[in-house]
Amino acid sequence: MLLIHCPYCEEDRSELEFRWAGEAHIARPENISAISDEEFAEFFFLRNNEKGLTYERWRHIHGCGRFFNAARDTVSDRFLMTYKAGMPKQPVPETGASEKTVETYEATEGDAR
Amino acid sequence: MRRYSVFAVAREAMRAHKGWEAQWTSPEPRSAYDVIIVGAGGHGLGAAYYLAKEHGITNVAVIEKGWLGGGNTGRNTTIIRSNYLYEESMDIYEHSLKLWEGLSQDLNYNVMYSPRGVMMLSHNTHDMQSFKRHINANRLYGIDNEWLTPEQAKAYVPVLDISKTARYPINGAALQRRGGTARHDAVAWGYARAASDRGVHIIQNCEVTGIRRGPNGEVLGVETSKGFIGAKKIGVSAAGHSSVVMEMAGVRVPLHSTPLQALVSEPLKPIFPCVVMSNTVHAYISQSDKGELVIGAGTDQYNSYSQTGGLQIITHTLDAICELFPIFRRVKMMRQWGGITDNTPDRSPIQGVTPVPGLFVNCGWGTGGFKATPGSANLFAHLIAKGEPHRLAAGLTLDRFRTGRLIDEAAAAAVAH
Repeated sequence: MLLIHCPYCEEDRSELEFRWAGEAHIARPENISAISDEEFAEFFFLRNNEKGLTYERWRHIHGCGRFFNAARDTVSDRFLMTYKAGMPKQPVPETGASEKTVETYEATEGDAR
Repeated sequence: MRRYSVFAVAREAMRAHKGWEAQWTSPEPRSAYDVIIVGAGGHGLGAAYYLAKEHGITNVAVIEKGWLGGGNTGRNTTIIRSNYLYEESMDIYEHSLKLWEGLSQDLNYNVMYSPRGVMMLSHNTHDMQSFKRHINANRLYGIDNEWLTPEQAKAYVPVLDISKTARYPINGAALQRRGGTARHDAVAWGYARAASDRGVHIIQNCEVTGIRRGPNGEVLGVETSKGFIGAKKIGVSAAGHSSVVMEMAGVRVPLHSTPLQALVSEPLKPIFPCVVMSNTVHAYISQSDKGELVIGAGTDQYNSYSQTGGLQIITHTLDAICELFPIFRRVKMMRQWGGITDNTPDRSPIQGVTPVPGLFVNCGWGTGGFKATPGSANLFAHLIAKGEPHRLAAGLTLDRFRTGRLIDEAAAAAVAH
């Protein structure tokens, strides 16, 4: 189970309190009725699904209830940072995404942020 | 290839078993092939086999990053069924089930297909209405599926708790008798042996790192850890890593990859005669021929390539198993593992052409790809050979996310399937 830092509560809390909410920084087109089917499919269905660094939204649904953004490594499941909704995409700290798969949760749980 | 038979066993018994040959060869890659398939799981190996067998295309390589059958083919809970709601789904899963029925004979390899029945438990009025709708749709389409009362369900699975005071009371069940299980490793090995015998090259420990494109955008081949390998046709069958491979050709696919976990218990004497699934409380369980209870858990909520998963996902499933089958409460679990599933927005697979000429995709099988292995492989081979989908897979195109013709099994089943 992941430990996730809520940038509003400013606390590390268990993953059970959170709901994953998909890729971050996708803006709904303002002229949604005018865009083409291709553009709608791009907005609505197509996702990066990165192996490595990903930007995603989480919601602290059993806590403050607010959405926020996170940068996470999808290979190790390690959170690199979390930041408040509405802020622009943040550069990740120098350590960056890890290459190796971490085999157990125990290996990541202690330092998950 | 020497065929396996009772005579072969007798002959080898006389010769101290020194005459068995390797099941498949491991050649060095040629500089070019007619077709390259990325991913040596059941779907990829099967596609290579059917390309050789049904379409006469034998200059084929299957390229695998790790070892053959080491991904989701070796990590699933081996459940086979075809009782889906929509015609597009029934077409492909029933095609697959019919191939399962003759697969051991076709491959001369015992895949241990066991039609022991797949029972889906109903716990409330919504379940009952939904399952009866499935049953009616299936029967109208010529697929077996029947409704059981709680007493009939208990007669089929004696360890089931159908008491009125149960934590998850049961008001009926849907049973597909032709559903069941098969031996997952044997499926990969059987297809590999039969494909290798027909001249297909299986290249393991060779990671595809790029897809080379020509001036008109068409594929020229793949960059790999063993150098460039040319091919005019490339089929991507990379399961959880489909997004990563397709990105190499600049194609975005509507997938998200999540870990799905399974676990097995210590071996028990035969006690569990079929597969039981409960969508509502999310548990599914069967017993392998070795005697282990094979239990499928859920997916984690977030994208991940970690091939592991959260402990709370397993305990959630075991909670349900212990309530449905109180006799299993003191069984010890022996092993747990995870695989990366590629999920589409409508929970139906994608098999079809892509915007890149010569590039074909077979992905999005999500949490239920094993049952589809023979059918998917068979139709993927047709797609690659002919350049257009088979009638039975015509609805599974990548383009459906633009046109809006979704096959919404996600809403039909209301859970991962």
